[in-house]
Amino acid sequence: MENNITNILVCGIGGQGVMTATEILAEAAIAEGHDAKKTEVAGMAQRGGVVTSHLRFGPKVLSPQIAPGTVHVLLGFEAAEALRWSAYLRPDGLALVNDSRLVPPVVEIGLFDYPADPIGEMRAAGIRTVSFDAATIASNLGDLRLGNTVMLGAIADHLPFAADVLLRCIEARFARKGAAIVELNRRAFAAGRAAAAQEAVPA
Amino acid sequence: MAAVAALAPAPNLSRLLLSGNEAVARAVWESGCKVAAAYPGTPSTEILEALCTYPDIYTEWSVNEKVSMEVALGASMMGARSFCAMKHVGLNVAADPLMTLTLTGTVGGMVIAVADDVGMASSQNEQDSRFYARFAHLPMFEPADSQEAYDMVHAAFELSEQHQVPVFVRMTARICHVKCVTQVGERVAHEPAGFVKNAERWVMVPAHAKRRIPLMFERDAVLREVSEHSPLNVLEPGKDRRVGFVTSGPAYMHVREAFPDAPVLKLGMSNPLPLNMIKALAAMVDTLVVVEEVEPVVETEIRAAGIAVHGKDILPKIGELAPEVLTPAINRLLNNEPAPPPVAAPAVFPRPPTLCASCPHMGIYYTLSQLKNIIVAGDIGCYTLGAGHPWNALDTTICMGAAVTVAHGMDKGRGAVDKNKKILAVMGDSTFMHMGMQGLLDATYNNSNITFLLLDNGTVGMTGGQNTPANGLDIRGNPAPRIDFRKLVEALGVKPERVREVDPYEMPKLFKVIREETKIEEVSVILAYRPCVLTDEFKAARAYHVDDDKCTGCGNCIDVGCPAIHVTHREKVVKPSGKEVDLAFVRIDPIACTGCGMCLQPCAPDAIMQVAGPRVVAMLRPV
Repeated sequence: MENNITNILVCGIGGQGVMTATEILAEAAIAEGHDAKKTEVAGMAQRGGVVTSHLRFGPKVLSPQIAPGTVHVLLGFEAAEALRWSAYLRPDGLALVNDSRLVPPVVEIGLFDYPADPIGEMRAAGIRTVSFDAATIASNLGDLRLGNTVMLGAIADHLPFAADVLLRCIEARFARKGAAIVELNRRAFAAGRAAAAQEAVPA
Repeated sequence: MAAVAALAPAPNLSRLLLSGNEAVARAVWESGCKVAAAYPGTPSTEILEALCTYPDIYTEWSVNEKVSMEVALGASMMGARSFCAMKHVGLNVAADPLMTLTLTGTVGGMVIAVADDVGMASSQNEQDSRFYARFAHLPMFEPADSQEAYDMVHAAFELSEQHQVPVFVRMTARICHVKCVTQVGERVAHEPAGFVKNAERWVMVPAHAKRRIPLMFERDAVLREVSEHSPLNVLEPGKDRRVGFVTSGPAYMHVREAFPDAPVLKLGMSNPLPLNMIKALAAMVDTLVVVEEVEPVVETEIRAAGIAVHGKDILPKIGELAPEVLTPAINRLLNNEPAPPPVAAPAVFPRPPTLCASCPHMGIYYTLSQLKNIIVAGDIGCYTLGAGHPWNALDTTICMGAAVTVAHGMDKGRGAVDKNKKILAVMGDSTFMHMGMQGLLDATYNNSNITFLLLDNGTVGMTGGQNTPANGLDIRGNPAPRIDFRKLVEALGVKPERVREVDPYEMPKLFKVIREETKIEEVSVILAYRPCVLTDEFKAARAYHVDDDKCTGCGNCIDVGCPAIHVTHREKVVKPSGKEVDLAFVRIDPIACTGCGMCLQPCAPDAIMQVAGPRVVAMLRPV
């Protein structure tokens, strides 16, 4: 990695928890002794628009913004959003994508089409892509809101530090909500790790 | 926002992951500031949201930015340290006190944080606040990350007190919302020295102002010397002397990222400009380039000093100057081989922000979209989204409070061609209290023929749901007087019988009331109250679902614009008349639906019904 900087791009939709997930990743990087900067572009309203969050960490981070073509790991909270930002990946980058689809009103009223197979398009473009259904994994664990922790579990084995570092940051976040919630998040984290352990499908 | 408990501040000397806004708040608190005021505005909102969690400081949501600046000035006159924060366009609202407080000066240290929305994620323009520092002859600091924002706020209070002058800290969205590791310190209390009566200083009549203006010019000269020797302005000599950069704010980080070996003059104090330092850099390098967001402010001053410089001739005049923007421009300047073009991004549908499920604004815009022969002047807030699909129900948006006055001007300016048009204005409760009330007074006083819809959702929705006089809670969530909008608009001259209260969820009634009021040729006000779904006042009801056997695919419900309604399949059918019709059959996402029931009102076959759970209740605005 140039300058020993790791670039992670998290993308999704306003209200999905993209910013919080990225903040927990930043906390893990800092816990490992890295310098870190986290930045995002969110649209004008509370919900429903495109959200991306950039995380850069390493010995010393200057610009907080990731340049196109330099992302090591793209963590996509929604299929079409992962496709939208896939050009930010390096040629050897990895995309970890929740394949559930959130269809916006502009598509429902018939002005635009949702891509038929966004993850297939990414693979056809030669992008190493692992996809899984984070929403179903979370629902099977009893709470759709665990999807965020499933996503963090998915990236845990693709970071330049041990997965436990990230898990400890998640546990710290939920500690005040009690042991049961912490345990649920541990299980969601493990399920996310397992989902992302499938072999990345090449072009 | 619920009550905010005063949090135990992080321990002294901790290293924290702070956004620029949080770092500013921490430094304001540590500086012993006594009074801090702001009106919410992206990207500056979180400064006061963070500050109100600290103990031993008075904080307030002011009704607008002019008010917040005057509150801070009053506190400073008492000798207290004071602070106000605003977004770039908020500084336009506060420009009136600004241009005179530069003459009076300040006593207790006063810092003004202004946050420019470079890249326009959430604003109506991209104006460059650095012009205001020059316009008002005030010093300005420009941090490049959270740590610098923290350090510069401390330095700004010191400079303010040394020179009896308010100090600007210019943030941009890329400082406000970037989180990075920040080392913080401890709070030092600051006791106000007390008010000293001095009419020649505080009463700005012409005779007094004439004596203060020369003092302002003297101060300019002193501050220029301060800037030349300020540790905030740093000349970093580099090995590669082909191009030297003058830069400030987040652009500094981008320059360092893209050109690690180049000489750079980093302007932490960018007004007054340290021209001698710039001359020293110019003498070191072959070519001088200014990298500044947004306007060529520094570039123009450098050129006026007779120094050859590049800037906006090679760099964009809008948006952020990220490394991928800088590198090709400098390569062209040096006649280097161009880099290969980046991989084209795949084409994906646009995903504009949406109104939330159960948002009361949907009822307003669906209804307006069903009315013909109307012109609707809009305003700033979530409800600006009414200009988009599927409603297309707003015709103008200018600035805070302009809906009612633009509508009034349209009424007075209409010619024969628009004689039969109905002119409406749409404004949220917080915008109305910010800058809309005077406009309504103007409309009643001048006998306007407009219908004004006040969309009262009891919060500042777009910036994240801050408390306002409309919900009767102060910034910390403590009880405060709740404004009575009926009494207020009547006091502003609207006849009592022309004030109508309608639940925005009841779209047929709303339709009828708008039709009635637009026929009457005087000012009418329609008060539409429902709480923002993101506030504690909103109570979700049981979700609706679609009976597939009854759904005829008419698609009327889709036109409400709710993000919980999804198309399951589409069909084309040919009517007996021979006309081809597109059908869209729908389902309702049971998790996203919060049971407002608006979609069921235009449903022709009564195919939408509620599942088990609490029902939506008729609602009167609490007083």
